[in-house]
Amino acid sequence: MLRALLAMAAGGLFGAGLLVSGMVDTQKVQGWLDVFGAWDPTLAFVMAGAVLPMIPVWRLARRRQRSLLELPMPEPFPTLVDRNLVLGSLLFGAGWGIAGFCPGPSLAAISFGGWQVWVFVAAMLAGMALTPRLRGRLDQLDETATA
Amino acid sequence: MIGAAAALYLLAHGRVLGASGIIGGLVDGSGRGNASERLWFLAGLILVPALLSWAFGPVATHASSNVALLVLAGLLVGVGTRLANGCTSGHGVCGMSRFSLRGFVATAFYILGGGLALVLGRHILGVL
Repeated sequence: MLRALLAMAAGGLFGAGLLVSGMVDTQKVQGWLDVFGAWDPTLAFVMAGAVLPMIPVWRLARRRQRSLLELPMPEPFPTLVDRNLVLGSLLFGAGWGIAGFCPGPSLAAISFGGWQVWVFVAAMLAGMALTPRLRGRLDQLDETATA
Repeated sequence: MIGAAAALYLLAHGRVLGASGIIGGLVDGSGRGNASERLWFLAGLILVPALLSWAFGPVATHASSNVALLVLAGLLVGVGTRLANGCTSGHGVCGMSRFSLRGFVATAFYILGGGLALVLGRHILGVL
């Protein structure tokens, strides 16, 4: 019960933050991503405003064996910088630039953003559903390339 | 608020707040073990902005009405974030704040991808 409520609170805080910070405004986001054009740096402050307070939180989190709800803390994270990380991020960035939505803000805006957001989210979910198969194909290509 | 949300989810649930991972785990079934927690998170993420926009009026998203561009962008975001295992929140906020090399590399490349999309779409083709 508490676990569900707190998960909803985390999602709600995240959504409210995305709303008030301008992350749901595709024009503003595109202005921020237009680094080779008329760059609007203001969203960098939003990023910094989220990253900076998380630095001490990670220190706290590392000292804990279990979370406050007695759940396991995250497993050690992968450290490998590989092709999938770079290629995936490039593709994601391109999509983010084209529509101005990344995953969180697209869901935050789905209730009031009109049909355009629904189309974007539907395509995003389809892309997510397709990815395991695509990952498999990429692995196959790797094997044939090294064989 | 975004930082506070990530802090709450990490300290209370022991989970990294990554929007694409939370949604993607439901879509491809990899997050079946804690699906209800994910659903509650998404409920908050959708309902709180809905309430705020109902109370104070909706925020303009200025979203494109070009269906082909929306579909292309959605597919790229869906595939890209799952292939890279993270988006702006997971790699950007949660990754960079723990000084993860993967977080910094992902952030550099998705901003580069966005920058290139705008060069091509806005400054060359003029469709964005």
